[in-house]
Amino acid sequence: MKLWLTLFLALQFAFSAYAAEAVPLAEDPVVEQRMLIITEELRCLVCQNESLAASRADLAQDLRREVRGLIKANKTNQEIRDYLVARYGDFVLYRPAFKPMNYLLWFGPFLLLLGALVVLVRLVRRNQRNAAPTPLDPAQRAKAQSLLKDPGLHS
Amino acid sequence: MKKALIPLGIFIVLVVFLAIGLTRDPHEIPSPLIGKAAPLFSAPILQTPGQAFNSKDMLGKVWLLNTWASWCVACRQEHPILVEFAKTKSLPVIGLDYKDKDAEGLKWLDHLGNPYDLSVADRDGRIGIDFGVYGVPESFLIDKAGVIRYKQIGPITEEALRDKILPLVRELQKS
Amino acid sequence: MIPELGHFSLILALFVAFAMGTLSVVGGQQGRADWMALARPGAQALWLLTAISFACLAYAFMTNDFSVLYVTQHSNSKLPDIYRFAAVWGGHEGSLLLWLLMLCSWMMAVSLFSRQLPDVMVSRVLGVLGLVAVGFLLFMLITSNPFARLADIPANGQDLNPMLQDPGLVFHPPMLYMGYVGMAVPFAFAIAALLNGRLDAAWARWSRPWATAAWICLTIGIGMGSEWAYYVLGWGGWWFWDPVENASFLPWLVGTALIHSLAVTEKRGLFRNWTIMLAIIAFSLSLLGTFLVRSGVLTSVHAFATDPKRGVFILLFLAVVVGGSLTLFALRASKVQSGGKFTLVSRETLLLVNNVLLTTAAAAVLLGTLYPLIIDALNLGKLSVGPPYFEAVFVPIMVPALLLMVIGSWARWKTDSVAELSKNLTPVAIVSVLLGCAAPLLAGPWSALVALGLTLAFWIILGSAVQIYRQIKNSANWNSTPISIWGMHVAHIGIAVFVIGITMVKGYETEKDVRMAVGDTVSVGGYTFRMTGIRTEPGPNYSAEVGDVELSKDGKLLRVMHPEKRAYFSSSMPMTQAAIDTTLTRDVYVSLGERLEGGDGTAWAVRVYHKPFVTWIWAGCLFMALGGAMAALDKRYRRKVAASAVKITGLAA
Repeated sequence: MKLWLTLFLALQFAFSAYAAEAVPLAEDPVVEQRMLIITEELRCLVCQNESLAASRADLAQDLRREVRGLIKANKTNQEIRDYLVARYGDFVLYRPAFKPMNYLLWFGPFLLLLGALVVLVRLVRRNQRNAAPTPLDPAQRAKAQSLLKDPGLHS
Repeated sequence: MKKALIPLGIFIVLVVFLAIGLTRDPHEIPSPLIGKAAPLFSAPILQTPGQAFNSKDMLGKVWLLNTWASWCVACRQEHPILVEFAKTKSLPVIGLDYKDKDAEGLKWLDHLGNPYDLSVADRDGRIGIDFGVYGVPESFLIDKAGVIRYKQIGPITEEALRDKILPLVRELQKS
Repeated sequence: MIPELGHFSLILALFVAFAMGTLSVVGGQQGRADWMALARPGAQALWLLTAISFACLAYAFMTNDFSVLYVTQHSNSKLPDIYRFAAVWGGHEGSLLLWLLMLCSWMMAVSLFSRQLPDVMVSRVLGVLGLVAVGFLLFMLITSNPFARLADIPANGQDLNPMLQDPGLVFHPPMLYMGYVGMAVPFAFAIAALLNGRLDAAWARWSRPWATAAWICLTIGIGMGSEWAYYVLGWGGWWFWDPVENASFLPWLVGTALIHSLAVTEKRGLFRNWTIMLAIIAFSLSLLGTFLVRSGVLTSVHAFATDPKRGVFILLFLAVVVGGSLTLFALRASKVQSGGKFTLVSRETLLLVNNVLLTTAAAAVLLGTLYPLIIDALNLGKLSVGPPYFEAVFVPIMVPALLLMVIGSWARWKTDSVAELSKNLTPVAIVSVLLGCAAPLLAGPWSALVALGLTLAFWIILGSAVQIYRQIKNSANWNSTPISIWGMHVAHIGIAVFVIGITMVKGYETEKDVRMAVGDTVSVGGYTFRMTGIRTEPGPNYSAEVGDVELSKDGKLLRVMHPEKRAYFSSSMPMTQAAIDTTLTRDVYVSLGERLEGGDGTAWAVRVYHKPFVTWIWAGCLFMALGGAMAALDKRYRRKVAASAVKITGLAA
């Protein structure tokens, strides 16, 4: 009896040892994490509009593999981006490069905001100037006073 | 009156840009390697895997690098044109078998004709990445100094061959 | 036979639209009552003809009429009934018919719910809308006929894109188009006002509920689209700043500015030109969106199949409609200065700042979306502008807007004082900062961005809560407070709920990408997932691998989740159907990847996510819409104008 029990328990342990904590798909989670951060801001070249991190296309998988290799070779994020831009052009960057060609893009909204606020302040000031009420002359003022004092007006 | 015309003015400029945009293809990514040195590579020759091809050997010659694969549907479109062109022996044509299985590639060439002086196997696509390949087929015209002078995105058409590639080949071969 | 009837109905509709459009507008200009009287019945006839056409196309789909090219391209006999119906708008031609149906429905609504408006205004509004319909009808009949027949009838269709075979397709496009097209109504009101020559507070009161109604539909439509992307794409993203998404967001931003600007014009008669301009811009952006989506100038996952002829047509249409309205604006914009006075610290100024911020945000999004096209057109190469740009630019512009939102709803009209406002709001500010900085600690590691987001959200919620409390406590009969006041608070709180959702998800979502064999477990966010098996299950037009995953927390089994990987017969790309468990405070998300061979037996790539408060994103949109509905239903918009007033305003032609 004891033999069967022992065998039974042993089998239980043996089976549960096979059901384990799932292994991360990535070989190296640290490298993977950094790769995802970099490729999140890069564009998949063959997709309609997806990031290199998310795309399931073959080329995207190949490029992710390249990036992992470059990370392991101790390249900086900028060097990795430059590596891809050298081969595929600016198109591969989702964050447009900060260079003269793109100044309008990066500065435009804030310049517009500034300009609009300036116009707004001018508008408010002009509104205050124009709408300043003209003062009453003495005759009008007397009439106003008498109207206000007239008991018959309160209803 | 003048201030009220500003929105209209901005809109007209926008329409002009949109109209020009209609004539462009947003999917076509121009190569940043035009005018730059072609990446040097060495790869096993498809027909004789024991031997390797080194692109350095092509210096001093004007040559065409054409990416292809047995799984590539669009390649079938340009292949007859390449086969015909190869018969003229205008310049060396080297094939880059991109992300393919050697056996499949050889079978494909057997079946459809082999316009290439030789083909190299780029099994993992690394050489393709160095050349900025993002689709197949793509072709690169490289001059005597090893500089990429032209990239054909997609299949080579009769028009592209006649109007762009051949004139450039003649010009490059003269220098 | 039926498709031909549908086609014929469209041709008739074109004539009706042209007739009622021209006659109504000209009638309004010349004061001809007989022509103006055509507007309402004309709009209703137009709706009927468009509805018949739509019904014919739907009939062709439901009866699997593959002799119609469009049906063949987007349907299949094995497609479930509900998707066969929704497939009517699954492609370019059919979605245009939906666009048209929505436009005619709005026209129908205006014709029915405008008894209190002067006839001359109604005829102009319906006339302008009718002329817009002419443009779309011409577009459809010339370049995009959904009823084109095939000479060789195929045995079966090409099936609807598997990504679209989802309840999302049933609800999102109709709602979105209702909003997109709805912006044509305030646009028509603006054109009518310019034609009239009178831009006054009455005009603002009439247009406001329509602008709000369109805004509500757009809010729900965009929210639905976002939620659909979230659960159908398989990796939990919900906004990608894709050109087509931006195309719908732009009219929303300008629409929000519009409904706030209308508030000022209605109450104080100020900013009339600016409000008219916003109404024109909002609909112009809708049309621009239509161009961007269907012309092929930008790459997008949402873009329809493109054809240069279509792009040219829409561009011409855009040029005529928008160019025409802006020219009319330049000629007719009121040159009279508004008389109302207001000081620097007042509700007027704050609403002006709201408008400045919203329109700048819209301009930024537009710039980012069009920049690649501009650079390419200038032959400067090809570049991409993606989420990193939009987030870097959009967030800094919107944060001040969220801040000022509360002050704006507190401030009095005409004039208020900094001292008064500080007295009331400083305690609210302090509590918000305290709560906002403390709350993140409950959810995970402290982050400045999360604290900022939560502080702003608490600021908005408390600001509204205090106002609601005061309104109830101080007014003798708070039942008589206009419902639009409650609506404003509900909508603002909706924004706060939305901000909480995105802040918490961005700050604290976690994911794991693992290799799972049967019996394996993985944990994320305190939850444990155990894969107990994978089985094959056939579907109507696909074959699925269905996973059984047990979800537990603290050892207690909560439920079994079933992520799927579907292989549709018509497509080579496998489709992921994620399994999501939703509660008020978090979503738990399981997505099946590829089958992995090798090692010790088969296993699957599985992704699990923990996303805190993600449903608050869409709950926020619902609250915004609800608030808008409350505001639009305010009694004052339905009050009949006194007879004497009608006589006076009606004569202004």
